[in-house]
Amino acid sequence: MREVAIVGAGMTRFGELWQSSLRDLFVEAADEALRAAGADHVDSIFVGNMSGGQFVGQEHLGPLMADHLGMAGVAATRVESACASGGVALRLGFIEVASGMSDLVLATGVEKMTDGADVTNVLASAADQENEVYHGITFPGLYAMIARAYMTENDLTEEDISWVAVKNHKHGAMNPKAQFQHEVTLEQVMNSTMVSDPLRLLHCSPVSDGAAAVLLCPLEQARKYTDRPVRIVGSGLATAPMALAHRPDPARLDAVARSAERAYGMAHVTPGDIQVAEVHDCFSIAEICCIEALGLLEREAAVKGAVTGCTALGGRIPVNTSGGLKAKGHPVGATGIAQTIEIFEQLRGEAGDRQVEGARLGLTQNMGGSGASSVVHIFEGV
Amino acid sequence: MPSPRYWREIPNRFRLEAARCTGCGTVAFPARTICPKCRGRELESVRLSRHGKVVTSTVVRVAPDEFMMEAPYAMAVIETPEGARLMTQVVDCDPDTVGPGMEVDLVFRLIRKEDHGGILCYGHKAVPVGG
Amino acid sequence: MAGIVGYGAYIPRNRIKTEEIARQWGKDPATMSRGLLLTEKSVPGLDEDTITISVAAGQAAIDRAGIDPARIGAVYIGSESHPYAVKPSGTVVVEALGIAPDVHVADFEFACKAGTEAMFVALGLVDGDRVEYALAVGADTSQGAPNDALEYSASAGGAAFVFGKTDPLVDVLETYSYTTDTPDFWRREGEFYPRHGGRFTGEPAYFKHVIAATSGILEKSGMAPKDFRHVVFHMPNGKFPQSAGKQLGFTKEQLEVGWIVPTMGNTYSGSSPTGLAAILDIAEPDDLILITSFGSGAGSDSFVLRATSLLPERVKRAPTVKEMLDGPRRYLTYGEYAKYREKIILNT
Repeated sequence: MREVAIVGAGMTRFGELWQSSLRDLFVEAADEALRAAGADHVDSIFVGNMSGGQFVGQEHLGPLMADHLGMAGVAATRVESACASGGVALRLGFIEVASGMSDLVLATGVEKMTDGADVTNVLASAADQENEVYHGITFPGLYAMIARAYMTENDLTEEDISWVAVKNHKHGAMNPKAQFQHEVTLEQVMNSTMVSDPLRLLHCSPVSDGAAAVLLCPLEQARKYTDRPVRIVGSGLATAPMALAHRPDPARLDAVARSAERAYGMAHVTPGDIQVAEVHDCFSIAEICCIEALGLLEREAAVKGAVTGCTALGGRIPVNTSGGLKAKGHPVGATGIAQTIEIFEQLRGEAGDRQVEGARLGLTQNMGGSGASSVVHIFEGV
Repeated sequence: MPSPRYWREIPNRFRLEAARCTGCGTVAFPARTICPKCRGRELESVRLSRHGKVVTSTVVRVAPDEFMMEAPYAMAVIETPEGARLMTQVVDCDPDTVGPGMEVDLVFRLIRKEDHGGILCYGHKAVPVGG
Repeated sequence: MAGIVGYGAYIPRNRIKTEEIARQWGKDPATMSRGLLLTEKSVPGLDEDTITISVAAGQAAIDRAGIDPARIGAVYIGSESHPYAVKPSGTVVVEALGIAPDVHVADFEFACKAGTEAMFVALGLVDGDRVEYALAVGADTSQGAPNDALEYSASAGGAAFVFGKTDPLVDVLETYSYTTDTPDFWRREGEFYPRHGGRFTGEPAYFKHVIAATSGILEKSGMAPKDFRHVVFHMPNGKFPQSAGKQLGFTKEQLEVGWIVPTMGNTYSGSSPTGLAAILDIAEPDDLILITSFGSGAGSDSFVLRATSLLPERVKRAPTVKEMLDGPRRYLTYGEYAKYREKIILNT
């Protein structure tokens, strides 16, 4: 296997981007990634996208996006793993370059969520239709059940969950690409509308449009494109039963733990080596569960991570310096790539006010559905 | 829920038919052909008891359009004495009182309606034991 | 003759008080309540209809019968609020109860009489040895038009009876039916609410048929009102059955147990059958029981029944009518009631 590096990145701002279509978003991000690296061609494109079909009635994104990028003819395909689509697109691009099959691959993610589709129902298609959605569950509902199960087993309070949102908004306020570039107070979070007990509106990531793209090539060719490549040293993908009712413990995200184990094993690192992480906080409770499953912190410290500042910028292990899905926004298919770009910038020392000093090893964790799929990547600054 | 898809699920939706692995005893609901625990292929049909216990729950306050009239409603993962788990609404009670450990009966109810004069979709919901 | 080997009832938990409805329409609550002898009525949940009520009552009846449901050879669902205009309620019921597929199924409709009509046919098939067991259900989630007198009474609930020849809980001693064409109450295809002839629903309709059928069965069986421990008539409101009983020579005591309308309301096809279930919940061996239904249009079915020694011990296998009427309840405001009965149109 060849060593693989990221040599260029591009992303749109995340948010309600009324002027941009699904293809506009893709072209903006992909073109930025290509221009950043000075690349004028690619061997193939992976388009991470959860549901162009349901959100805007558009499937078959590979050829459409390649064409609009002025690259009709190139190998291009769409990758879907619900909200983990972007992370899985990165993994497939990584494997393609590592294998020697291609030398230059665009791994992208894109989602257009604000064109009038019934977002609740579209997102629910990432849950078990026959056994969960049929009965009226929603995504906040599923994570609320995870939260309640976790609270039943552990000393976790609504306030602990709320601090995660406060922390991520604080980070997001420093990110010019974030949907919400403002801070929120604990009181605002705790008093926001109850969506699905115990989760409130400000515990939930927003509905967003956006796209993100990274350019991958073999490490040995990276200097052609950039002085500061970032190496992908580990990649792990895992699954768990789709329905919450079919998991041994609804409070435990087994796919996250397994995907992390695989990525750590491949990278020959331990969780303690990670200096900065982007974690899938689609709902604030998820950040707590994922930090524990990733082994970044022990259970008790994970629960109190945002309260103590341990997971904030300047803390022991800064998590979601980008603002996370909560503040940066969550155009579902784009999220995994956007997480990658935050770590890419951190490891290149380009994160500005959000910079984690001396960060050399970073991690992204991107999750599909209520945790039925999870993909973890570990990156090293070169 | 188009009618063929709904019709296909009648055994589990109407009668709580599950499958028990003759090898390891795992009960899968709805029935499967391969045991999710030991991958055994010898499974026998069993009907779940019409009662169980709440494992975890929530109150859905922002509901999908099809359930707007019912919101807020409680939803829970229920475990039956056979060890099978299923997700259902918990009804006929104050949704705020539903929580882990609550004993429930499973009752036959209308679950959803297909739009614009479409079919009516039935199944089971949970009701707290003793009201 | 065949008998009842199992019975069960179901009444939803939601209620609305007569005074709450009266207030909505600017009427004097006390006058309305006194005039109709009604204090409250049951209201179906958004997830309850004739089919779910039939399944709940049918399950209770099977539990009390203690038989394998697959041995039931005929199932008839009597209702004027079948959820589908075309497509049977009974097919869902037989699948849910584990009776399908070797079974004859039909939905009946005869205004408030469809329940006893189903009982009459089920009994006949068992009697004629066509089937070993037959299940008959009377259930409704009836709607009265807003601000109509019917709105105070139209409620939800039902009762189910398994007929068979082995180990009856109740013997059926006699039956009688009386039918004429009388347009006292109707609902045309596509109409949401029924219409009725006001006071015409009384003397020429309800009283004429109830009295004729009851007198007929008394004559046919050679019995007199005093022979019965309990009697139940169809209960469109609190007053009509009391008045019919008085005219026929029955006492208040004989009517008391089955007269559940003041707190249940009129469950249409489920009305007199649920009253009968309430009687069976407390009847003692050898008690003679008379039931006369009434369905607009119009007709009445009468049955003379006698409790057997098996009955009392089977009662506890399922909830009693009293337990459901007096058990956990939720009182609705008129606004909630309008929402539950889908009188509010949403943009979905």
